Amino acid sequence: MSGKPRLTYLNGRGRMEPVRWLLAAHSRLVFSTDGVLMFQQVPLVEIDGMKMVQTRAILSYIAGKYNLYGKDLKERALIDMYVEGITDLMEMILMFPFSPPEAKEKNLDSINDRAINRYFPVFEKVLKQHGQDFLVGNKFSWADVQLIEAILAVEEKIPAVLSGFPQLQAFKIRMSNMPTIKKFLQPGSRRKPPPDERYIETVLKIFKK
Amino acid sequence: MSGKPKLHYFNGRGRMESIRWLLAAAGVEFEECFLETKDDLTKLQKDGSLLFQQVPMVEIDGMKMVQSRAIGNYIAMKYNLYGKDLKERALIDMYVEAVIDLNELLMTHILQPADKKEQHFATIVDKATNRYFPVYEKVLKDHGQDFLVGNQFSRADVQLLETLLMAEECKPDILAKFPLLQSFKARISNIPTIKKFLQPGSQRKPPLQEKDLPKVMKIFH
Repeated sequence: MSGKPRLTYLNGRGRMEPVRWLLAAHSRLVFSTDGVLMFQQVPLVEIDGMKMVQTRAILSYIAGKYNLYGKDLKERALIDMYVEGITDLMEMILMFPFSPPEAKEKNLDSINDRAINRYFPVFEKVLKQHGQDFLVGNKFSWADVQLIEAILAVEEKIPAVLSGFPQLQAFKIRMSNMPTIKKFLQPGSRRKPPPDERYIETVLKIFKK
Repeated sequence: MSGKPKLHYFNGRGRMESIRWLLAAAGVEFEECFLETKDDLTKLQKDGSLLFQQVPMVEIDGMKMVQSRAIGNYIAMKYNLYGKDLKERALIDMYVEAVIDLNELLMTHILQPADKKEQHFATIVDKATNRYFPVYEKVLKDHGQDFLVGNQFSRADVQLLETLLMAEECKPDILAKFPLLQSFKARISNIPTIKKFLQPGSQRKPPLQEKDLPKVMKIFH
């Protein structure tokens, strides 16, 4: 066994992408890609002798292990709240490619509405109020990784989405320039491209009952 | 201020019930503030109490916590229901996340249109008996211990019991093929804090009835 975490999933973002982001953010962890699926589902990540399933369990473990989860219980609580909120927004983006053509415009409007009225204002305010570089405890954490992933994913669909959010614009630049993240954002990294027709077909084929 | 956690939600299970279970299991007394109308929700939204404009919200230790998973994590950590190290936590997380998935199915049954109810019921039974229950049955069989993780009472035991009982409400003999889950259910139900929570008069909520659905929908839509 190589000792590197091994990720089993389809060749696309889906529910594994946040895991790729978090592993990459931590640095020189290299990861390679078969295993027993506890609840018959992927994502599956083989790490530290465990075959981990359930995206949130995997992310929590990585965050805990690599010190991306705050310094105490209260910071963890904040990180959890922020991550969960962002995950709700990401869920809309995850599901979007699978909406029927006639619903796509409406769904895109929903994503835009939630992003600019519910979620982004919260993080804009957090950053403004404490004036620090990172969301929680003046230190890089899981919450920052999740937020930069979400910002980029929403911008792919709605390019001007950050226009009312100067703090988030600065945050985006700052995070993108962190060495590990910068590397992940370059071509040739393990980051996956947005879903295309082929990805959608593959998902429907694999996950269809 | 009483110092007890204060729960803000409607008077029903929904996404708050697991939190009630956890607090009760930990022996923590809590207060509840029930949303009865849309205005109650709007008021909370307007006074900035809800980070993402949503309930559940729990006032605890000077924080107004939202997001049921975040709240559950905090309570579990604070009251030592989250394992002794990172690896036990990982196991607990995996078990709890799967149970949450099954809970979602159980919870949404009442929202199904009449023509989809039967199929949805079949899906619940299929997933429960073929995907989820076998896993926990095997975990208990393999280690032969009383609790799911680390030979110690944890959040995973609480959430699993909650779900087993809800599944039985749906189909009373659903545990027929799972002898270890049956004895697990009996054992965990007898833990003093849990036993108390299972008695009439506790803060445990009954399942939502069809007739109450319109009132709940009005609060949130």
